[in-house]
Amino acid sequence: MASVPSIVEDELTTAQRITEETNRMRFSDQFEKRFSEMLTHYPTKRSVLVPTLLYAQDEIGHLADDVIAEIAGRLDLTELEVRNVISYYSMLTTKPRGKFNVQVCTNIACMLRGGEELLEHCEQKLGVGNKGTTSDGLFSLEEVECIGACSWAPAVQVNYDFHENLTPEKMDGVLDNYRRKASH
Amino acid sequence: MASLVSHPDEIKVVSRRFGQGATDLDRYLELDGYKAVQKALNMQPDDIVDVVKSSGLRGRGGAGFNTGLKWSFVPKQSPKPKYILCNGDESEPGTCKDRLIFEHDPHAVIEGVIIAGLAVGSTTGYIYIRGEYRYLSEIMQKSLADAYARGLLGKNIFGSGRDFDVYWHGGAGAYEVGEESALMESLEGKRGIPRIRPPFPAVVGLWGGPTVINNAETLASIPHIILGGAEWFANLGTPKNGGTRLFCLSGHVERPGVYELPMGYNLKKMIYDVGGGIPNGRGLKGVVPGGSSTPILTADEIDVAMDFDTLMKAGSMLGSGGVVVLDETTCIVKFALRTMKFYQHESCGWCIPCREGTDWLKKTLIRFHAGGGLKKDIDNMYYLSENMLGRTFCPLGDAAAMPTMAFIKKFRKEFEDHLEGRPCPFEELGAVEHLPVMV
Repeated sequence: MASVPSIVEDELTTAQRITEETNRMRFSDQFEKRFSEMLTHYPTKRSVLVPTLLYAQDEIGHLADDVIAEIAGRLDLTELEVRNVISYYSMLTTKPRGKFNVQVCTNIACMLRGGEELLEHCEQKLGVGNKGTTSDGLFSLEEVECIGACSWAPAVQVNYDFHENLTPEKMDGVLDNYRRKASH
Repeated sequence: MASLVSHPDEIKVVSRRFGQGATDLDRYLELDGYKAVQKALNMQPDDIVDVVKSSGLRGRGGAGFNTGLKWSFVPKQSPKPKYILCNGDESEPGTCKDRLIFEHDPHAVIEGVIIAGLAVGSTTGYIYIRGEYRYLSEIMQKSLADAYARGLLGKNIFGSGRDFDVYWHGGAGAYEVGEESALMESLEGKRGIPRIRPPFPAVVGLWGGPTVINNAETLASIPHIILGGAEWFANLGTPKNGGTRLFCLSGHVERPGVYELPMGYNLKKMIYDVGGGIPNGRGLKGVVPGGSSTPILTADEIDVAMDFDTLMKAGSMLGSGGVVVLDETTCIVKFALRTMKFYQHESCGWCIPCREGTDWLKKTLIRFHAGGGLKKDIDNMYYLSENMLGRTFCPLGDAAAMPTMAFIKKFRKEFEDHLEGRPCPFEELGAVEHLPVMV
């Protein structure tokens, strides 16, 4: 007899867990681990917001409405407060981007060594303009401000990977590599 | 991964462990790692401050304020916790040095943070790394975890009975956040909008507690000063400008790269000897000596010692160490335009002179470079810049105004050459296509 209530209890917990899981956004275990660890780093919950948004975006692709609602809920903020922060930071986006975001720096050091020509080359090669995404959703193109590669200019960041000392020919090779990566 | 360069004139202090595998904690310890913290643990806080003060170390982020003096402003007693905040939001165009420090010697930064904490009586530090530097954030996260696992951070560090915590933090793309008060806002999870001062961060900073904010290179210099001594460090540089600094050579030079040279190193030598001169036998037009916000020096002005005071006297600034070299084929109007486009993009919009000024200047420069300039635009742009100076909460407004004024003052003829619908006189030269690109 004693085992009956415990089975019921177990079922309840499972049911609760399933409801909780469906309500919650599915971030990776690594995200959850980092998130809960970061919460212990600061005297206020809100302090984890900026890095958390970026890590969330990396997993979901962009900061969609449900991601914003989820993070706002977790940090006791209004969605508006979260949106306010998102609109400030240039890496954060509420719109979908390609799988590979090609960020071409055209700031002074890169400009002097062909950054603008490299951007033009990418535009032609990918058939999209600044902030455009290719129809297959593989690449987005973005003209960005200084990425800290001035001594290795011109430079491009594809997602988080740096590609430096580029020429249009080398850039073709870089894009081909990502295309191959995607087909695997 | 960014490639390393070297030159015989270099004096490697901060870059001593570059390329030595020092991201590995055991290797770092082998290379005198964490010895400075152990020494500092046996020093009185005021003595640490005094050593740093007399070493002549000045803020490597650009302002060039004496680091020890900055630390001395932190009140001894504080009802609120005190914090150390490492500024690794490196985003001043032309600057790519902190990246190498985080990539090759992350523990030196951690060590610098701990020592700063011991000096001002803080037990918590944060290392803020810009969002674009994800791989460096990963290196830092691992380095911190390693240090905790070894008992170098956390409770009772080095068995001293003292506690110290250091955490990493990440940005998400914003130049403005490199400004100290905006940096704190960002770390608190808000838009990076500057705070009014006073009160200064040393008194009221993160979550209202006294906060020391130092650039990554500044903090990475600290362990070397503690071990090598104030006198040794001060003697590496020029009076009141102690030590060495990482200079990021970029633009039209044969051998761009990050070189560690003594403070006061001659700029002409830096370009022609260290950097190998201008490619394709071209002449020099000018040099932006310390990141995009510093006023340009003309070819006649480069026989100058690269330290804070000498460059100030020369009408420019040592800034953040980004030395951008422009050859004679560079159009100054176009260069001014690209610079302003950046500041207009990065202005947070909080102060009207900066928000409106950068936008107005950018629009005028676009029209001007396209051949639609009017003679009065030249004086108007200067006047507009002049009126942004000193009228904003943070230095971003100044950073946009100062270089613009220098471009107009020193290269007025180039602006005039764009008038009356004439096409840009430099456009057909196509300088960039002929540049040697490093392999």
